[in-house]
Amino acid sequence: MSTDNTSATPKEWQHRTSKQRLIIWVCWLALVALTVYCWQVMTESTIWAFVADAPRQAADLGARMMPPKWSYINVLWVPLWHTLNIATLGTLIGVALAVPVAFLAARNTTPSRAIVRPIALFIIVSSRSINSLIWALLLVSIIGPGILAGIVAIGLRSIGFVAKLLYEAIEETDITQIEAITATGASRAQVVNYGILPQILPALYGISVFRWDINIRESTILGLVGAGGIGLQLQASLNVLAWPQVTLIFIVILATVVVSEWVSAKVRHAII
Amino acid sequence: MSSSPGNSSAGYASADAVTNTDYPTQWRRPPTLVKDTKLRYALIIGAIVYLILAIGTVEVNWARVVEGLDRGWRFIKGFLQPDFTTRWSDIKTGMIESLTMALTSTVAGVLISIPIGIGAARNLVPPFVYRICRAIIAVSRSLQEIIIAILFVAMFGFGPFAGFLTLSFATIGFLSKLLAEDIEVVDKSQLEAIKATGASWWQLVNYAVQPQVTPRLIGLSLYRLDINFRESAVIGIVGAGGIGATLNTAIDRYEFDSAGAILLLIIFIVMLAEYSSGYARKWVQ
Repeated sequence: MSTDNTSATPKEWQHRTSKQRLIIWVCWLALVALTVYCWQVMTESTIWAFVADAPRQAADLGARMMPPKWSYINVLWVPLWHTLNIATLGTLIGVALAVPVAFLAARNTTPSRAIVRPIALFIIVSSRSINSLIWALLLVSIIGPGILAGIVAIGLRSIGFVAKLLYEAIEETDITQIEAITATGASRAQVVNYGILPQILPALYGISVFRWDINIRESTILGLVGAGGIGLQLQASLNVLAWPQVTLIFIVILATVVVSEWVSAKVRHAII
Repeated sequence: MSSSPGNSSAGYASADAVTNTDYPTQWRRPPTLVKDTKLRYALIIGAIVYLILAIGTVEVNWARVVEGLDRGWRFIKGFLQPDFTTRWSDIKTGMIESLTMALTSTVAGVLISIPIGIGAARNLVPPFVYRICRAIIAVSRSLQEIIIAILFVAMFGFGPFAGFLTLSFATIGFLSKLLAEDIEVVDKSQLEAIKATGASWWQLVNYAVQPQVTPRLIGLSLYRLDINFRESAVIGIVGAGGIGATLNTAIDRYEFDSAGAILLLIIFIVMLAEYSSGYARKWVQ
């Protein structure tokens, strides 16, 4: 250590060099500027009178919604059963389709990294980036309104989620077990069956139950676009401005979501 | 392995001769999930009964499906040959609304969720603050975006402002929860070291907690930006602005080539966001 060096050290301890601080500062400034600009673009066509009016509207809405129409519950049991079926059957379809996609997408099991893997990854990304409500919107216009559209929508949406988590699990499998199975002279299918499958099964069950929980949540609103379930009643009640019924439906949806979350937590706890 | 049954069964047979017990001659995979045989069969039967009942409720109008197949084929063709030009001005407006909504709501949501996230971390605050913040998170998380959007559209009128509020509200629940969980597992020794210097609570948060959680917070914010963009495509269906309204109109008019163009744009932007956020997270850490 020369004396020049010590004299150059600042008196106070600082975490970063001044150049790093400048870069970070510029980044923050850019973010703030961008946000302000976006805010202005976004609110260009906002009618502020409506926004200022919001507290009164909220109070009005609250007054209309408040005593929930409890007797309406008898109409809701069948749609609720349909909602449950949409979520469960949709999850089954999704998982069944996701398993092969995951094996094609995982680096260590894909037949070809150059062609098959990108296709599988594209399937995963497209399924993940399009919300189930949009899938439902499309399917209702293609195969008509009803439960089937909901099931297929949930299934298509689940592929991406399940396949992504599953292929990550496949890539993380213990290589020594796979090598041991390969060393016995097992075929490719046998390696997958005896070497990889036992390692990823707990993950697969966990992911499926987790997705089922999310699907219950999503299937409650699919009816908004005509794909069956309790959302249909929600849409019908909203259309006739029957707010007490809407309140009751919200309560039922909330209860369903809470129960499904509890069930999924219990099951996952039991499996893992 | 079943490819060499001769060898393995011979091996087992000689073992049988020595111990004189009736071991199975073939290896069977042990049950992975439910160990109890009776319970396992009960569960399987229950599942089959449920499946039969559930599939029974699915009413399929096959005539309608066959009729729709043509439309499905047109949608696939529209996806392969998207039409960006016909509705370009609508798509552009919707996209700008969605993108601005996603960014502003993420920034607002992150700003609000930082104090709530700190308040919901058990190791930093007194129990009553903890309970209040956890209650806020629970409310925000249990209501879906679309339901909040319905209410906000009714209160604030149609347009992206209602969407902005919806997404901000949803961001708070998501981000505060993950931030709080992250704060709860920070390295205790650093907390103690800063505390030992006589630091105040603010200094503790600033010097012990903040450096440990910032990289993850930035990663989560980027992830949430991505989610908010995707959600902005949905809440437009109930009138909260964004690309969802355009998409809804396109599908209602059976303009599948425009719908395909919008969906491809959404997928493209989501992919872009995913790659760039992965890159940004690496850079931050």
